[in-house]
Amino acid sequence: MVKGRKRRRQIADRDEIITLSNVSKAYATGAPALNGVELHINKGEFVFIVGDSGSGKSTMIKLLLRELVPTSGDINVMGYDLVRIRHGKIPKFRRNLGIVFQDFRLLKDRNVYENVAFAQRIVQVPNKDIKRNVPSILATVGLAGKYKAKPRQLSGGEQQRVAIARALVNRPAILLADEPTGNLDPKNSWEIMKLLEQINENGTTVLVVTHNREIVNAMQKRVVTMKKGVIVSDEEKGGYIDED
Amino acid sequence: MRISTFFYTIKQGFINIFRNKWFSLASIATIGACLFLFGLFFAIIENFQHIVKTAQEGVSITVMFEEGLADERIQEIGQMIEKRTEVSKVVFVSADEAWEGFKEDYLKGYADGFPDNPLENSSHYEVYLNDVSMQPALVTYLEGVTGVRDVNRSEITASTLTGVNALIAYISVGIIAILFAVSIFLISNTVTIGISVRKEEISIMKYIGATDFFVRSPFVIEGMLIGVIGALIPVGIIYVLYNKVIEYIMVKFSVLARLLSFLPVEEIFRTLLPISIIMGVGIGFLGSITTVRKHLRV
Repeated sequence: MVKGRKRRRQIADRDEIITLSNVSKAYATGAPALNGVELHINKGEFVFIVGDSGSGKSTMIKLLLRELVPTSGDINVMGYDLVRIRHGKIPKFRRNLGIVFQDFRLLKDRNVYENVAFAQRIVQVPNKDIKRNVPSILATVGLAGKYKAKPRQLSGGEQQRVAIARALVNRPAILLADEPTGNLDPKNSWEIMKLLEQINENGTTVLVVTHNREIVNAMQKRVVTMKKGVIVSDEEKGGYIDED
Repeated sequence: MRISTFFYTIKQGFINIFRNKWFSLASIATIGACLFLFGLFFAIIENFQHIVKTAQEGVSITVMFEEGLADERIQEIGQMIEKRTEVSKVVFVSADEAWEGFKEDYLKGYADGFPDNPLENSSHYEVYLNDVSMQPALVTYLEGVTGVRDVNRSEITASTLTGVNALIAYISVGIIAILFAVSIFLISNTVTIGISVRKEEISIMKYIGATDFFVRSPFVIEGMLIGVIGALIPVGIIYVLYNKVIEYIMVKFSVLARLLSFLPVEEIFRTLLPISIIMGVGIGFLGSITTVRKHLRV
């Protein structure tokens, strides 16, 4: 117990928020999805993870969410040892993360306000705080006037903003975005990326898994490129590496 | 758990029922049908047992004395019988009373030719039992008592009533067990469908950091609510129908009416209402908790 706390503090001191040490993940069939991955991300960083289908990006996101356990290696996120974490502690760990998906994953039968409030109810925020927090976060993502709308009444870009508001409302330390612009047109894609950049500037560590070459090249952030389960490049202010 | 979370969970349980209304209705209807059958059997069984009990109360053992037995000894025997736990009532019938009864039952106006009481030695005790199944043991005991000449009893009546009682008990346990299993299966099906319909919502909840308890509770509440509603509807129907059916039996089968005595509806419902609600909640709880545990590894 004390050892765990000490380890957590040491990591915090180093400002390292995500650590993957020699992580491999093999599924029952086929080649390993990840093979000896080494990745260190500091607090407040904005990181793109790029690569083609089958490169291991999705597996990495699932490992970071503790949806999967690595076959070997260690994963540490905010001091939580994700290999040895007890099942009962996983929800508490996940409350430190915000997650945004390509397909938004909004609750279709609830309006914008309820979709965002839902995230707060899950972590048992009192009603009076929910009533204060939700309008404030909706204003941040530019949807203050649409809190009564149902997801089907919104454009793709607006739906993704709701998803981002939901991911942010519990003030996570890390925001994981899995292909957040995959279903959006270029204009909406840029708006969403600007929003993620703004969130990052406010101190949240942002990890974006994407295929969007134009955005990656234009934003000049750290770019981790994956291919066949290994990291082939990790560059500060990098760009999208073309397939050879 | 916060109070607001508690109410949120309850509210979600209700909302789940409405979101999934056709499956919920199907479950409520089937559980309602099962518990209606249960209530029906319960009412029939209770009344039957009441009738059997009334019949048992009418089954007596006759204890005859040896000729010329002293009154003191007869009194002693009476006290000994009264002390037995299986005995509910002891009635002394003197020789004169026995003769009067015989005359009235069998001779009507032809008894005048008998100057004396021909049943002079026929004074006896009529012994009534709490439980007819105890009759053989009591008879054995009585036959061993000094001064007792003979013990008359109706073995066929006693064994028939005992047998009927046991049969009713076995049938009711069997029916309840079957209905219980069917209802659990149905609730489980409804909750499974509910889980598959809300798979996405559940996965979002998991990603955001909902605990197992938070994810599972609305489904368990939903199951229990379906159980309660499924219990109250048939109980209400039985309440309304009960008196009407008894009235119908009394009018249509007036011959039976003199033999049978039915329990008042309040007496039946004193037990049926809580049992049905407990069964409904129990079925709902068991059906949903096993299903969420099986399908909701969160």
